[in-house]
Amino acid sequence: MVTVSTTTRTAQDLTAQARDVLGVSRLTNHALTSWLHGLPGVDQVGCEARAAALGTRSVKTTSKAWAIDTAIGMIDLTTLEGSDTVGKVRSLCAKALVPDALDPRTPRPAAICVYGDMVATAKAALGDSGIHVAAVATAFPSGRASMAVKLADTRDAVEAGADEIDMVIDRGAFLSGDYLTVFNQIAEVKQACGAAHLKVIMETGELVTYDNVRRASYLSMLAGGDFIKTSTGKVQPAATLPVTLIMLEAVRDWRELTGVQVGVKPAGGIKTTKDAIKYLVMVSEVAGDDWLSPEWFRFGASSLLNDLILQRQKLTTGAYSGADYVTID
Amino acid sequence: MTRLDVRKTYKLYIGGAFPRSESGRTYEVVSAKGEFLANAAMGSRKDVRDAVVAARGALAKWSGATAYNRGQVLYRVAEVLEGRRAQFIEEVAASEGLTPRAAGASVDAAIDRVVWYAGWTDKIAQVLGNLNPVAGPFFNVSAPEPTGVVGVLAPQTSSLLGLVSVVAPVIAAGNTAVVVTSASRPLPAVTFSEVLATSDVPGGVVNIVTAQTAEVATWLAAHRDVNAVDLTGVAGADGVDWAALEREAAGNLKRVLRPVLSDGVPVEPDWTADPGLTRIRAFVETKTVWHPKGL
Repeated sequence: MVTVSTTTRTAQDLTAQARDVLGVSRLTNHALTSWLHGLPGVDQVGCEARAAALGTRSVKTTSKAWAIDTAIGMIDLTTLEGSDTVGKVRSLCAKALVPDALDPRTPRPAAICVYGDMVATAKAALGDSGIHVAAVATAFPSGRASMAVKLADTRDAVEAGADEIDMVIDRGAFLSGDYLTVFNQIAEVKQACGAAHLKVIMETGELVTYDNVRRASYLSMLAGGDFIKTSTGKVQPAATLPVTLIMLEAVRDWRELTGVQVGVKPAGGIKTTKDAIKYLVMVSEVAGDDWLSPEWFRFGASSLLNDLILQRQKLTTGAYSGADYVTID
Repeated sequence: MTRLDVRKTYKLYIGGAFPRSESGRTYEVVSAKGEFLANAAMGSRKDVRDAVVAARGALAKWSGATAYNRGQVLYRVAEVLEGRRAQFIEEVAASEGLTPRAAGASVDAAIDRVVWYAGWTDKIAQVLGNLNPVAGPFFNVSAPEPTGVVGVLAPQTSSLLGLVSVVAPVIAAGNTAVVVTSASRPLPAVTFSEVLATSDVPGGVVNIVTAQTAEVATWLAAHRDVNAVDLTGVAGADGVDWAALEREAAGNLKRVLRPVLSDGVPVEPDWTADPGLTRIRAFVETKTVWHPKGL
């Protein structure tokens, strides 16, 4: 069971806290711009080289078994298609409850991630299993809707029982330098979340530069995000190792600065056990072992779970497994 | 000034590409007379795993191709083999210690064998299928379908004719293959993979791994994503217990084509004999459907 510390924060609280962090008496776009653009720039070549180097670790035998089980426990098992049906969401929940019918010791994923209208269905299917229901909200994936619609979308999902809300930021506002709008939107959505946990999707594939990823990470944390998440999964490139590296550095430094720990969720394009283990190595090396739990690190994925289960079966039975031994999603 | 030879690197054939072994290992291949011939890649269990992934990926397209199309592709393999006849005669002669004349006969037989199976692709259903008589107003049709991914342990002695004789029936029926070559005579198989790569056989339909049979056979036989295994290559292979392989294969109820036995010991069949349909029949599943007779 994943436990998540939640605090209900109002937008006013968050603005006041932001003023403290920035050391200003009034939170203006100018103040935010000075602060965000005052962050150190990302060394692109160095960042990519470090990410690639961390991806070369060889993780075998008992360490691999541990990594596989840990990764399974960190998955937000996701279905976000226009064609989703109640039946499909129920079958995904059934899979979360019993990931591998051949081995009941297989851990369960941390959460099911669905669209807001499927929250009640998922909640009912998961019962008191302790698996969370995460809902995407705020006009996912584009985020192009009025604030009233975004807030209504969020409240709707929370009222239906969502434990976690995955919101998207307004990339248009962010890229045109209107950081205050982005801040206010995140803060208001956080308020609308109440006790639900807020993950802020930055859609790094649309942010163009690594510097922007760093700025968006800080802005999201400043505005009260409990998690920062790379992508919607609807835009290429989705999660990459260098982008996640920058986000992990940001949450590490944020805790130094404010004492608040924020989680990280790479999502989209993580399909194999090998990929997942590279991310775990990076979490441990960059942010630290405090982040190596489902409370602080998640994978947004769907097909990843099957690959992890196949690798797990290989380790437990000693024979290579195949697609006949996992569900068809 | 003397010209330096440009030597070929003998690599694996997986998914239509020619990778080295992921293990980085090679081993010395010597002729029947003991002379050094080349360094071949020494495939590992992970190469076999990659080959199974490639074969599984290629299965839908190949098994879904028309029998006519598969026949055309196989005939094309024979055409390209014929074009490389001289090269194969040289390699077979060196590997098997045959005279050029005997090697030529063996290569010719291999080419003819491919043509023979090419002709069979669109006749398998007529011969192995049936319209069954039933007591009711129904058509009852039995038709053969490919088994799936087939792991093939290629014969140890006959490096080309034997290889072709075990691979061609598997793919003629619409299966995809992961082939472990003769351990001591792998070179003609590597050159055969170049023939496959240039004759419209889609990548992944045949994957060829040069390896020590004893090292990788267990992994192939136990692999849950392999649907059948052909154990022909256990005859004469060092340290291979074919009964143990069959037990591993039972883990997911694989089809098993047993080796030919002589006094309980696996022996290599006579590859010049009429092959018959045994090897096609071993790797097809019969699907029977009922259909109401209407107006």
